[in-house]
Amino acid sequence: MTKILAVLEQRDGALRKVSPEVVTGARRLADALGGTVEAVVCAAGTVQGTDQMGRFGADTVVTLTAPAFAKYSPEGYAQAIAERVTAGGHAAVVFSASATGKDLAPRVAARLGVALAGDVTDVAVEGGKVVAMRPVYAGKAVLKVKVTGTPAALSLRPNIFTPVERPKAGTAETVAVQVPAGRVVVREIKAAEAGALDVAEAQIVISGGRGMKEPGNFKVLEELALAFGGRAAVGASRAVVDAGWRPHADQVGQTGKTVSPTLYIAVGISGAIQHLAGMRTSKVIVAINKDKDAPIFKVADYGVVGDLFEVVPKLTEEIKKLHG
Amino acid sequence: MKIACCLKRVPDSETRVKIGADGKSLDEAGVKFVLNPYDEFAVEEGLRRRDKAGSGEVAVVCLGPAAAQETIRTALAMGADRGVLLQTDKIPTDGFETAKVLAAELKDGGWDLILCGKVAIDDSSHQVGPMLAELLGLPCVTAVAHLEIEGTKGVAEREIEGGIEVVEFPLPAVITADKGLNEPRYPALKGIMAAKKKPLEVKPVQLGAGGIEVLAMTLPPERKEGRIVGEGPDAIPELVRLLREEAKVL
Ligand SMILES: Cc1cc2nc3c(=O)[nH]c(=O)nc-3n(C[C@H](O)[C@H](O)[C@H](O)COP(=O)(O)OP(=O)(O)OC[C@H]3O[C@@H](n4cnc5c(N)ncnc54)[C@H](O)[C@@H]3O)c2cc1C
Ligand SMILES: Nc1ncnc2c1ncn2[C@@H]1O[C@H](COP(=O)(O)O)[C@@H](O)[C@H]1O
Repeated sequence: MTKILAVLEQRDGALRKVSPEVVTGARRLADALGGTVEAVVCAAGTVQGTDQMGRFGADTVVTLTAPAFAKYSPEGYAQAIAERVTAGGHAAVVFSASATGKDLAPRVAARLGVALAGDVTDVAVEGGKVVAMRPVYAGKAVLKVKVTGTPAALSLRPNIFTPVERPKAGTAETVAVQVPAGRVVVREIKAAEAGALDVAEAQIVISGGRGMKEPGNFKVLEELALAFGGRAAVGASRAVVDAGWRPHADQVGQTGKTVSPTLYIAVGISGAIQHLAGMRTSKVIVAINKDKDAPIFKVADYGVVGDLFEVVPKLTEEIKKLHG
Repeated sequence: MKIACCLKRVPDSETRVKIGADGKSLDEAGVKFVLNPYDEFAVEEGLRRRDKAGSGEVAVVCLGPAAAQETIRTALAMGADRGVLLQTDKIPTDGFETAKVLAAELKDGGWDLILCGKVAIDDSSHQVGPMLAELLGLPCVTAVAHLEIEGTKGVAEREIEGGIEVVEFPLPAVITADKGLNEPRYPALKGIMAAKKKPLEVKPVQLGAGGIEVLAMTLPPERKEGRIVGEGPDAIPELVRLLREEAKVL
């Protein structure tokens, strides 16, 4: 029976949001190939949320445990997953193209001696082979590629593969693995401000650009984010990151993060091609800009022409009413 | 310190994409090519490390067409010591093939540090650095935005969702550079002149077929023509209605 491996992610003993997305992508391949999905997660102990993966189509959920897995261990994870695939003969290995997945997937692919189709936005099976769509040239073109080798290694762009309910057994199993501590060791994770949601993970992203005029004015956007409850994060254009108004972690675009939220609100951002590279796969885009000819309006589903300092507070007020 | 930097020649980020006649690749007519922006961070870091150590060299290696000599000259003009062009007509779509060629060139080189960009902005593969490290059996830290090296011990910081990972590793190692690692210098006129005389070795290479076959390149689905909802704060109630009832995102 054809087996697909879905590589889940955890931090501090809880599954990350990309995990059901990876199971959903793997399930799609398994259904097309008439196979099963084995989900694996590397951890030091039990992981919260693994019991939910059956819902999205995992036939089994295996926790690979080792003391070195209390934090991400690049070499340990790579070894454990590569060994699992070599022993299990999986037809495909599916990762998330998260920060960790981008680090891990190429290591595993190289150990298996196969190619990696990275950061894909769609997967399917044609003629028994995995095909995938990959945005290239900063999203200005899309490649349709066939993964010819076996196993096919893929990483899925976060937030694109909306988890789909496809109940399977999700039988849990824990396997202790022997891995060396590894030469590359994660010492600590300096957490971003408590409660601050990462732009790459938020359902709603409100980004500010040079039109914000000065750093203090970002509070206008933070208030709007607050009005949306815990679902919104505040992002930034490169212009304001370079000016030191906002941290690089918040930058959206070619040299920042690629985001695909349900709703992206660009405020005082002109819409340079390098900014669009990071947000054009958002489901719905709203632009607020005082210049009616700003290029951002060309990609926005809805635009409001006007002074952001008048428009945004009004939006905050209306959203508060909705959630009030 | 003996340092190698891997460089890719890529279309400038402003490039207007036109699909080539084969329907599978970029039409390169009129396209301006540049050194991959993340590789500028890699070169800059190499130069600073070399100069801090007071001895050693920065060699730059590029797999690409003959025209990539220009890309290598850019790095030489920044201050790198010598270049190697691994010449091929076509850069493979499969990053693992690239990694294999680079590994064959760099193995047994006695490098203290091999620097790559975190990603090439053309095909956004995010993979050559860590694959190269695996092939060479070296430790690797990717997407590094801050780096400290003391003797043969390194500490790197990399951005992850919601935080910064602090990673320790021993040298020799492969590091891939993210924005924030440093401020790359612009080549000065003197550097540009000097670069013309620096050694640039050209070696033809043979590539494997690879495990990724391009079936088609297309322009992205056009976003549906958007609309201006209105002007000023008065447009907000209508915007909110559209977001709820039409887009169904609220
Ligand atoms: C290699 C490379 C990589 C890059 N990577 C990135 C990247 O990752 N991300 C990124 O964002 N950029 C990136 N850039 C930079 C990009 O080209 C633009 O310079 C940048 O996005 C511009 O930022 P901005 O829209 O905030 O500023 P501007 O272009 O200055 O736009 C400001 C906008 O605010 C509007 N405005 C001003 N006042 C008001 C007001 N009161 N109310 C409403 N609107 C107002 C103006 O009409 C204008 O449209 C990159 C560039 C290069 C060359
Ligand atoms: N053809 C190439 N020649 C030399 N180095 C390359 C080449 N392709 C990729 N690299 C290196 O690998 C990094 C990441 O590229 P990629 O994995 O293609 O996104 C680049 O920033 C370069 O440092």
